[in-house]
Amino acid sequence: MELKTFVKNFAEQFDETDAAIFTPETKFREIEEWCSLTVMAIIGMADEVYHVRLTGDEMKASKTIEDVYNCVKSKV
Amino acid sequence: MQMFNPYSLDGKTILITGASSGIGKTTAIECSKLGAQVVITGRDRNRLQETYDLLEGAGHLMIAADLTAAEEVEALLTELPQLSGVVNNAGIALPKLFSFTTNEEAEQVFKTNFFSPFELLRGIVKRKKLVKNSSVVFVSSIAGTTITSLGGSVYGASKSALNGLSKALALELAPKRIRVNTVMPGMIETQILADSSIGEADLEADRKRYPLGRYGQPQDVAYAIIYLLSDASSWMTGTNLLLDGGYTLT
Repeated sequence: MELKTFVKNFAEQFDETDAAIFTPETKFREIEEWCSLTVMAIIGMADEVYHVRLTGDEMKASKTIEDVYNCVKSKV
Repeated sequence: MQMFNPYSLDGKTILITGASSGIGKTTAIECSKLGAQVVITGRDRNRLQETYDLLEGAGHLMIAADLTAAEEVEALLTELPQLSGVVNNAGIALPKLFSFTTNEEAEQVFKTNFFSPFELLRGIVKRKKLVKNSSVVFVSSIAGTTITSLGGSVYGASKSALNGLSKALALELAPKRIRVNTVMPGMIETQILADSSIGEADLEADRKRYPLGRYGQPQDVAYAIIYLLSDASSWMTGTNLLLDGGYTLT
């Protein structure tokens, strides 16, 4: 499960934000577009692409995209 | 001297689906307390047994069945006694954004939430298992027709489908003096919540959005269902009983 691809999949859930700004260190909550819809979109992506079930609490506990990646990776 | 009770279910035989847990379990138990003979069904035989053991009175029936499996529905229909009421309660949720929901997932939700009660009730009506002045209740939801939430598309659609079905059945079965209504609960404290991926902090925040300050309890829904099953609601058909702690006021 590749980090670079994960970041790309993460970025794809955003419509208004330039994909170029997304890195593993990105604190996703600071992105202006971030909202409850994007939380669910990331959860949906984790399920669709990685077949992993992320919970709302796990998203809450994550600060960077890499945090989310690690969480998903541990469940693969 | 017998206490006057217009909500009594004495002498009534009620079928309750999804009785292994949650709203179904509580409804079955409360119905038994009001004098009904209940026929409980659910997939999990062990949990169904737990419900059965908590029933008051005698003459109850327990039939484990997967209502999405045609042969099991057939077997259940054959075993059913004459009924004074049916509570179509078995249902599942699928909190998932529309764009990530697969066809298979949507079909599964509809299979359980809509087509199972559809098939079961059709079988019951065709075999004339419902006596005169009986009552059918669908457990619907505020989700779908009244409110929605992120990830609520398929669940809401399936519950809206029940509301539409209920209205038509109320009309078609009225000549047989069979009443048909729905209850539309808001969020109820059951396992369906625990099984979702919503965190406790989010749930707590959501509870506060209810004017009455809490989610519903299974008994809250059970008593509304009992009203609809009882003779007290003899002139009510084709309606939807809203039970939401005031949620839809705002």
